[in-house]
Order: sequence, then structure tokens, then C-alpha cells
Amino acid sequence: MPSTPQPITTLKGFSVTFKQIFKKPITQQYPEYKRPVYPRFRGRHRLWRHENGLEKCVGCSLCAAACPADCIRVVAAENTPDNRVSAGERYARIYEINLSRCIFCGYCELACPFDAITLGNEFEISEYNRDDQIYTKDMLLAEPIKQVPVADPDLYDTPIPFYKSHS
Amino acid sequence: MHEPWWIAIIEALVIVNLVMVTFAYLTWLERKAMGRMQLRYGPNRAGPFGLLQPIADLVKLVRKEAFAPSSAIEAPYIVAPVVSLFTALAAFSVIPFGPGWTIGGRHVNGAVANVSIGLVLIFALGSVGIYGFIVGGWASESKFSILGTMRTCAQLVSYEVSLALSVLGVVILGRSLNLTDIVHRQGAFLPFAAPQFVGLVVFFLAGLAETSRAPFDLPEAEQELVAGYHTEYSGMRWGLFQTAEYVNLITLSGLMVTLFFAGWHGPWHLGPLWFFLKVLAVLFVFIWVRTTLPRLRYDQLMRFGWKILLPVATVNAVVTALCVVAF
Repeated sequence: MPSTPQPITTLKGFSVTFKQIFKKPITQQYPEYKRPVYPRFRGRHRLWRHENGLEKCVGCSLCAAACPADCIRVVAAENTPDNRVSAGERYARIYEINLSRCIFCGYCELACPFDAITLGNEFEISEYNRDDQIYTKDMLLAEPIKQVPVADPDLYDTPIPFYKSHS
Repeated sequence: MHEPWWIAIIEALVIVNLVMVTFAYLTWLERKAMGRMQLRYGPNRAGPFGLLQPIADLVKLVRKEAFAPSSAIEAPYIVAPVVSLFTALAAFSVIPFGPGWTIGGRHVNGAVANVSIGLVLIFALGSVGIYGFIVGGWASESKFSILGTMRTCAQLVSYEVSLALSVLGVVILGRSLNLTDIVHRQGAFLPFAAPQFVGLVVFFLAGLAETSRAPFDLPEAEQELVAGYHTEYSGMRWGLFQTAEYVNLITLSGLMVTLFFAGWHGPWHLGPLWFFLKVLAVLFVFIWVRTTLPRLRYDQLMRFGWKILLPVATVNAVVTALCVVAF
């Protein structure tokens, strides 16, 4: 292949950059348009209840032990017949996650024997105050205030990863 | 045809403010144009089309704490950005934007200072402005600043030679160092861009290096030097350096329009508007070059300056002189 002389390739470069002006920018304007996160995206945590309203968490502190950032604090208390909170013997009297320390690794999710804690899809968790970053049990049990669009799970749920079948 | 002193002061005030506004919106234009060339939007949050972005930037810079390294040498550290900006603004004063008018029986010059050695004055002030960069980097007492300063020194000094030689042809053809006279001569004859095309190219390339714009932005190569000579500056002191750089760019574009594109001359007698439009076009080319070309290596920069630009500029000046003598 005969090589094009340097000055001509340089001029070609100028025409390329000039043509770009008339193309539509590919930027996604974030606050107006929220790109759907993929279904296994690890965002802010959720605590879950059984269908009968009892909390799944039994206060075993395995999540706190697994946490590499040491951001989970669990204080357990005994369930009594007139104050039954969880399905197990004990329940989490205090359950706090310091989201300013959390690294969203998902180890708490893996460690939990009852699937009581999972990582949700919400990522808009910035606050003006550091204290507001500490999420209590009530906040974690409630539905998230800000909802994030999630992509269709079928889009990603393929047996062979996309990159392997296309390389 | 003499201008009263108070008109000169009013004119200087107006022109300085116009240059500053042009600088503010040049940053906007640059970010916007570069954004579009890279398939981005550029600033579009502050005001419609991001038009309030320069004002937001200014407020941010003024409010920001300007702190200095404890080992910095105080006086030169503070004076350096002021010197740079002052010389940059002063250099613009000799650039003519109109033929001069008579308003209410009083003569108003087409330039803030219509001096007979305008061209020499611009280069002299430009050289003084370099001291601001050098002293600022040196007084910062920081490794990155020193390295950036050394590069600034070497680059600006070596390219200034080619820059000055490239306009020699124009001076010979224009038979004057006064910029207004040069423009008048182009209006009667034709823009010097045609007979002095080589001079124009050399002037443009040396000008890119002189204002340390891409692809000659080695003095502040972010990837190697953080920010070059102004690494240790913050707040409005940094802002002054940045303003000085952009005002230098505007002055250089104005000089290029004056010397090679017949200044305010053009069809329909738009006067200063023609000058402004031409300057904008030249500035756009500077921005365009910045988005397109990657940075040169240091040895390439020096080789290009001394072994290509300087001989070409010299030969151009000599050939022009011979042609003028022969015909």
C-alpha cells in the first residue's frame, strides 16, 4: 500500500475534525436522561421482609464480619412472643450501614444466610452531610425514594457472555 | 490629526473591556467548538447554550482562595501574573481596528495607540510578557514549575525569532512599521496573504508556538508537567495567567489579520466589524488546530523551529527584499 505523504494526511485530519461539528453529539445528558443500569448493578442496599411481614434478618452479624470496609453495624436482640420481629431466634435491633465507607463489593449479600440483605440498583446517594450517609434499618427496609431505571434482564441474561461469542 | 488625551483614555477603556469580553467568550467558543468536534456538547448548563459559563468561571476563580507555596518568593510570585496580563493587554493597544474617524470635530484614532513603530512595540511587549511566565515559574520554587519555565523559555525565545522574521516581508512590502499604514497599503493593493503566503504560514506556525497552543503546548503539557509554569498558582492569580495567554492569542490573531488579511478592509465598508469577524475566523482556526493535531516531542519542536521555520522565514524575507528591489 503506497503511503500518503504526511501533509496530506494532516489535512485529512482537519477535514475529519471539521465534519464532526455537524454530527449529533453522542453525549447522554445525565440528569434528564438516566441510562438504565444493568440488572446485576450493585447500588444501595435493601433489607427484606418475609411475605408475612417478619424481617428476614436474624442479626447474625455475618455481613458485618464479611464487610472489608467495616461499614455495617449490627446489634442483635432476642425475639420474644409478644415482640416478634424476625423469623429466627434473634433480630437486628440496630442495623446501620455507613454508605460513605461502603465500597459496594457485595460481600454482605454473599455472606447472608437468609438473603436478608441485597444490593439494589440505586446509585444517586450523595448527600450534603456525612451523617446523612448512615442508613438505619428503617431506611433500608423501606422502598427507595429515588428509583433508577433498570434494563431488561433478558437483555443480559445470556449463557455465553456477549464478548466471548463475538471475538 | 491628533487625538485629545481624554479620548485616548476612553478609547483604551472601551478596547480593554472589549478584549476582556472577547477573551471570556473565546473560552466559551473554544470549549463549545472543541466539544462539537469531539461529539460532545461542551458547556450547556449555565444559561442558554452555556452562555453564562464564562461568568460562572470568573465568579468561581475570584472566590477561590489563592494560596502560595510556603517556599515561594513572595514578591515576584505575586507580580508575575500581573506583568503577564499587563503586557498582553498593552500589546493589543497598537492594533488598528479602523481607519480613524472624526466625531463631533474631534479626531478618534483607529487604534488605542497609533505609534509609528507599532510592530516593534508588539514584539517588545511580547518579550517582556515572557518574563512574567519565567519569573512566575521560578518564584514558585517547584520542580514542575521550573521544568515548565525552562520549556517556556526555550520555546518562546526560539520561536520569537521566526515570528519576527516572518513579518519582515510584510514590512518590506508595506514600507512601514506602523500597522495602520500597512493596512492602508493592503487596502490600496491587495491583502499581503497573497504575495506573502510563505510568511503567513511561518507566522501562523510560530504564532502557535508563541502562544503555546497545541500542537506546541509543551510548556504546559498536562501529562508530563501538571500545568507548567503556573502549577503552583490558584484562584485569580492563575486566572490572570490564563487571561494573559488568551489575550496574547487574541493579539496575535489581530496582528495576523492586520498584517496579512487587510485589517478592517472588506466589501460593504463594515469597518471594525470586518476586523472582528476576521479575528474570530483566525481564532477558530487556532481552536481547530488544537482539536486536530497531537503534541510534538521536544526535540521535534526545537528541530522544527530552528531547522525549518527559521531558514524558511529568512529566505522569504530575502526573496521579498530582492523582488521589491528588482521591480
